[in-house]
Amino acid sequence: MFKSALIGLLSMLAVLVLPQAAQAEYADVVINNYADAAGMRPAVFPHWYHRIRFRCKVCHADLGFKFKAGGNKITMAKIIDGKFCGACHNGEISWSVENCGMCHSGIPGTPTQIHGSTVQRLVAPTYKSLSKPKPAK
Amino acid sequence: MKIKYFFLSVLVAATFTVVGGNAQAAQAPIKQVKSAKGKVSGANVFNRLLKKEKQRNAPPPEDGIHDPANDGTHVLQPPLIAYDGLPKTEFGNYVDWVKALNDGLLKPRYDRFDPTVEPLVMDLDIVREVKASMPDVVFPHKPHTQWLHCSNCHPKIFIPQRKANVINMSAILLGQKCGVCHGKVSFPITTKSCTKCHSKPKPADWKPPKSEASLKNPWR
Ligand code: HEC
Ligand code: HEC
Ligand code: HEC
Ligand code: HEC
Ligand code: HEC
Ligand code: HEC
Repeated sequence: MFKSALIGLLSMLAVLVLPQAAQAEYADVVINNYADAAGMRPAVFPHWYHRIRFRCKVCHADLGFKFKAGGNKITMAKIIDGKFCGACHNGEISWSVENCGMCHSGIPGTPTQIHGSTVQRLVAPTYKSLSKPKPAK
Repeated sequence: MKIKYFFLSVLVAATFTVVGGNAQAAQAPIKQVKSAKGKVSGANVFNRLLKKEKQRNAPPPEDGIHDPANDGTHVLQPPLIAYDGLPKTEFGNYVDWVKALNDGLLKPRYDRFDPTVEPLVMDLDIVREVKASMPDVVFPHKPHTQWLHCSNCHPKIFIPQRKANVINMSAILLGQKCGVCHGKVSFPITTKSCTKCHSKPKPADWKPPKSEASLKNPWR
């Protein structure tokens, strides 16, 4: 009896504590091409926070970020070289790279994805049908 | 007896979620309504597929993608604090970014270093007649060029020539054409946002064209 009450209590805690991805802020990007494999938490890029400070043009035209989550193959070597996030997170425009936990703040195992997207919210998953291999011609 | 206790505590859990998770929520989560007598199969719940956000603009430690065990997570700014005073919408970040910019509430940089550089704004509306009953689409260059550069769209996403591009809703919903941005970062496609794009009413005498199958239907 005590045991089942405990399980119930745990499930209550789980419901309260375990967050749901459905609540992620619209346009937050989880970037996890390499981080998990290297034992780091995935990086989380908040669009809302940056667009208050910069227009899209700064990143997507001047700095060459492609419009694709995970599509820029960002690595730390490129960042400390002043590319991608490193164009600003260099101690001059913004705080610098030694603040690992500010960017690497994702839950381990979270896949590369943009959150709150229309496709993600559809009732039937369409990413899957899109990524099916095309029949050979 | 055991089972009873279990259900009792799950019930408590559910109540807690409804009460706790709802502190900032604008809408109550949908309760799954089951038959009172419990004789009907559990498969026949009320909302089988409706997805609703429990909490809008959740702070990073509670949003499901940030790890609360990471110290940095708690230093990140919760969106609601930043959005205070910005005009609201019913979708996306729940912020009207276009209005916020036009009202001078935001001044995002157009140049990485120099805050005084002004964007190259072009005020050219492109009307696209829609075959269906929806109002026609007006594509305004103005709000786009306030945020973006011409090269963000031309020529990779759109050939810069009226009617040179085939656009339809299925492509947009799958993340192509307008859907490269809308539905990902700029305002999304939801029932409440249709008229942002479909903004030019059809002429009063407009009627939906009849489909071939209907015109050739031998039974009518
Ligand atoms: C400005 C944000 C930012 C900061 C600060 C940052 N990183 Fe990264 N880091 C990234 C991004 C983005 C990636 C790409 C993630 C991926 O695709 O998996 C990355 C990738 C990595 C990777 C895997 C790829 C590689 O380069 O081998 C490691 C390991 C890593 N970071 C470690 C660190 C450490 C250690 C620190 C602190 C000294 C740090 N990072 C600080 C943004 C950041
Ligand atoms: C501070 C830099 C920055 C700014 C400003 C910025 N973005 Fe991004 N954007 C990114 C990064 C980083 C990614 C993820 C790229 C990756 O994972 O390799 C991204 C990804 C995207 C994607 C791809 C999403 C996907 O999954 O396909 C779109 C679309 C996009 N941004 C649109 C915009 C729009 C529209 C604006 C302006 C309102 C904007 N961005 C402003 C940095 C920025
Ligand atoms: C165009 C410049 C620019 C680029 C590129 C950029 N950032 Fe930033 N970022 C900033 C500025 C400015 C701040 C605010 C710094 C401050 O508050 O002092 C910031 C803050 C942040 C924050 C903290 C947000 C908060 O809640 O305080 C995170 C996380 C972050 N950036 C991640 C990234 C990642 C990951 C990338 C690369 C994918 C990136 N940024 C690329 C300029 C940039
Ligand atoms: C958000 C994407 C976007 C941006 C940014 C953008 N355009 Fe366009 N542009 C379009 C679309 C969509 C059309 C309509 C194409 C169609 O009807 O097939 C268009 C059409 C045009 C046309 C053809 C007009 C005509 O009458 O035939 C020109 C010229 C043009 N754009 C120039 C520009 C210039 C210059 C800039 C930068 C100042 C710019 N565009 C920025 C999306 C964009
Ligand atoms: C490259 C990214 C991009 C593409 C492609 C794009 N948009 Fe936009 N659009 C934006 C951004 C950024 C805004 C600013 C508002 C926001 O972020 O929600 C915007 C705003 C708008 C607005 C103004 C809404 C208002 O509040 O006044 C309309 C209408 C619109 N887009 C229609 C379209 C249509 C139609 C297409 C396709 C023909 C399109 N957009 C393609 C990025 C894009
Ligand atoms: C980002 C802008 C945008 C939004 C938001 C949007 N539409 Fe569209 N819609 C378009 C464009 C562009 C076309 C193509 C018009 C043309 O034929 O040139 C279109 C076409 C259509 C068509 C005609 C069939 C087709 O696929 O060409 C229908 C029906 C339609 N939209 C319904 C909707 C509904 C319902 C919503 C809201 C859930 C919506 N649209 C939201 C831009 C938008």
